[in-house]
Formats: sequence, structure tokens, C-alpha cells
Amino acid sequence: MICLGVEGTAHTIGVGIVKDSSDKCRVLSNVMKIYQPEHGGIHPREAANHHALYVADLIKEAIEKAGVNSSDIDLVSFSQGPGLGPCLRTAATAARALALTLNKPILGVNHCVAHLEVGRGTIEDCNDPVLLYTSGANTQVIAFAEGRYRVFGETLDIGIGNCLDKFGRTVGIDFPCGPKIEKLAMKGEKYLALPYTIKGMDVAFSGLLTMAEQYYRKGEKIEDICFSMQETAFAALTEVTERAMAHTEKNEVLLGGGVAANKRLRNMVRIMAEERDASFFVPSKDLCIDNGAMIAWLGVLMYKSGIRMKIEETFIDQRFRTDMVDVTWRE
Amino acid sequence: MSKKHILYQGAEAEICLSEYMGFKVVKKRRLKKTYRLRYIDSYLISSRTKEEAKLMIDARRSGVSVPVIYDVDLRDGVITMEYIDGKRVKDILNSLSEKERKTLCREIGVNIARLHNNDIIHGDITTSNMILMDDRVHFIDFGLGEKNHEIEAKGVDLHVLMEAIESTHSKYSDCFEYVLEGYKKELEGDADLVVKKIKEIVKRGRYR
Repeated sequence: MICLGVEGTAHTIGVGIVKDSSDKCRVLSNVMKIYQPEHGGIHPREAANHHALYVADLIKEAIEKAGVNSSDIDLVSFSQGPGLGPCLRTAATAARALALTLNKPILGVNHCVAHLEVGRGTIEDCNDPVLLYTSGANTQVIAFAEGRYRVFGETLDIGIGNCLDKFGRTVGIDFPCGPKIEKLAMKGEKYLALPYTIKGMDVAFSGLLTMAEQYYRKGEKIEDICFSMQETAFAALTEVTERAMAHTEKNEVLLGGGVAANKRLRNMVRIMAEERDASFFVPSKDLCIDNGAMIAWLGVLMYKSGIRMKIEETFIDQRFRTDMVDVTWRE
Repeated sequence: MSKKHILYQGAEAEICLSEYMGFKVVKKRRLKKTYRLRYIDSYLISSRTKEEAKLMIDARRSGVSVPVIYDVDLRDGVITMEYIDGKRVKDILNSLSEKERKTLCREIGVNIARLHNNDIIHGDITTSNMILMDDRVHFIDFGLGEKNHEIEAKGVDLHVLMEAIESTHSKYSDCFEYVLEGYKKELEGDADLVVKKIKEIVKRGRYR
């Protein structure tokens, strides 16, 4: 079956088309536009306006790139949550309009679960991973247990991406700050002690952020601060991921989310996996960040397991938790 | 001398069965993690080893069953302690009868309250870290623990257990209610403040 997915939880409006072939996901097209605020952080309404401006063209582009006719699409799916209300509503409205026009079924899917499923769907040998999902808003360690994707660990305050972005704003780095902080960190030499906060399998970053900002005000070199932030925060993330792997007795680890693009984070998790004799997986970059293809793929899985939604059931849920999804497509 | 016999390989440490002056003992050795900076790694290993040993001694004084400590090596991060020959609560909880489960969970709650009465925060209260021996719950792995009198810390401590029960014993999520019953009974301060705090922490999590 061929499914078109619309992603719109935060900065990104994305449209992807996937096809299932012997239970694996083949991405036919995956296009997106990312909203860049001029100043400060994301403004939900402006992001939504941005999405509304581009979504129709993105749908056209995705269909063209996939080399299919719109009548070949069997299913439309969209990100039902979690995310920013205005953004979610824009993506959902576009998906509903498309499904009604094509007279095809529609499914709303959970964004966080989609990050995990796209890894399983596109990577050979990735079957039952622990997912370290790190993005701007989300920082979760997710694994399958007793019929659901359960959150074994998560941030108790802010997401790691948000932590990096907030620090970036304090020191005058433009959004998105992660890649720039990564570059600066490579030139860092001195480690400045920062709070390493782990509670059980949960992490917290606000203390680290405050202290990093204090170092900046005290005149410490920005490169050293970035280096220290990465080393401390990523070590904590790697540690809780390892704890979740030990706890759930799983031997695969998967990265997802925008921060998974960071080479230092990848490297730490890879080393951890190697030392445990576990497999390490990262989807390709455009499947790691927010994208439509992962939404489409989760739609396929849900549809094939018998899930159906009426249009009036496709309302969005800003607080759609990972563990609210009944995973009917897995044993 | 005894050969190395690994009982359990955790994420953070390996637990070996060994012998110490004729006693059957467990050696908990914190593993070096090459993924993190050596400075962070050795700092975490020595400070966590020291903190853990101190907390275990405090816990015993508070009337909670924990392994007896024989030796502490801060440089290599090794604690030599009594071997608790029992069953992990994680492995048996789902197979207990309703009544047994209720009794056990209340007992767990009573013990957590005893820790909290003395400002001992375990830091990782999961059912993997409790061993049932001689009908008593023994608490192990104080590796992420701390001394803290704040209600926040106590709330977070219980919240970790709540999450562990929800994820590992999801069919028996009423277990946590029984834990709270025992906890309320034994806690010297106002337990309702802690329970309120747990609810607040749950809401603080993402998308609640």
C-alpha cells in the first residue's frame, strides 16, 4: 500500500510518501520546509502560517517526486500530536482536505512513535530497539514493553535541543543552535564542571543550562562551554539509554530526532553499544529529523493492523503521550 | 583466591560473587565508561561509590534491610558487601496472589518511608533493586542516591518507582497505591505533601 504522511508538530512541515514492501518501508519521497524564526524561539502561530503557506506545494512536490499519481495513494496520515496546537491543526487540516478530495481513508498518528517505527521500518536488522529520541522539545528513552511503547526515561524539565537553543540565544547564536554549538565544541579544550543530573532513568538539563550561562558571564571561552555542555549532557543521555537497555534486556539502540545528527552524541551511543555487544542504528538524516515519511509509515502499520478513523475522530492532541498508543501492529 | 563469578552485569556496574575473610560476598565494581570524558568518568565513579556506601550504612541505621558493607575502594569503585541470596521483586511481583502482592507492596512503602524519615533518597527505586530474602525486602543499589530533606526529592524518589511499576508491571498498576498506603503509615512527616508532590511531578512531565 502507498501512504502519504503530513508532519507538522513544530518547526517542520513535511510530506512523505512511502510504500510497504515485505514489511519494510520504502520511502518514495520525503520533502519538507523548516520555519526559521527571525528572532528568538518558535512562535506557534507564525510557524503555523508558514506551514499553511507551503503545505499544498509540498504535497504536489511529494507526489511528483514519488513518481505516483494521486489516485495511487491508498491512505493519508498526519501527525496527531504531541506538538504545538496551531501547527498540528494546520497539518491535520491539510491531511483531511486531501483525504476527502481523494476519497481515501485517513489516520492520525503519534509523532514520537513514528520516530521509532521509521527506524524499524527502514533499517535492516533493527527489530526491537531502545530509542533515544532527542529533539528540541522531546527527550525520551522509549522501548516496547507489554503492548505499548513505554517511556523508560525522559527529561524532567527541558528537552536537550531546547537546552542547547536556549544557551545559544543567551550567547547570540542563531536558531538552530545545535549544529553551531557542535562546531564550537570541537575547538573546546578545557572541561568546565557542570551538573550531571540523573534520577533513575530520567534526566534534567535546566541546572546545566543555568551554570553554562554563568560560565559565559564569567568570561569562560565559548568553545570550552559548548564542549563541556555536550560532554556532560550527552554522557547523561547515553547513560540513561544504557540503563534502559539493561532494564528492558534489549540489545539494540536506535537514535532519532534532530539532535541525533550530532556526531559526538552518535559516537558516545555507538561506543556504549559496542561495549555492550549491542547493535547501534541511526536512520538517514532526513528520517531522523521531523519528516512526513515517518508519519506515512506509521500510518501504513496502523492501517494494516486494522485501525480506522472517521474524520471526526481525527482531532489533534497537543499532549499525545507515547504510551497512550495501543500498539496493535506488534506481537 | 576466588575466581571472578559475575552475578549480574548492569549498565553501570558488575556484581561479582566472591569471598572475603570466609564470608560469601558480593563485589560491586563500577565500570569505566569510555564514551565519556575521563574526568567525568572518574569523578562519577569515585563520588558515587562513596555516596552509595554512606547511604547504605545510613539505611541500615534507619531500620531498612540492606547488605552489610565489608570494604570500600574509592579509586577502583568497588564496594564489598554481604551476599543477599533471594529473589528480585521484579521477577516475582507479577506472579504473586493479589493478597501477597498487597502485603509486599505495603512493606516496600514502609521501608521507603523509613529511608525518607532519615532524608535518605534511594534515587533508583525500581523492582529490580529490591530482593526478597527471609520474608524481608532488601534494598540494593543506592548508586544514584543522595541525602536530601526536601519533599521534592522524596516525591521524585517515589515517582521513579511509580514509573517502574507502570512500565514493568503495567497489569498491576494498583501496586503503587499499596506502596503509598505503607508509606503513609510509616512516614513521620506529612505524607500527603509527598503524594501531592508526586502528582505535581507527573504533570510536569511532558504532555500530561
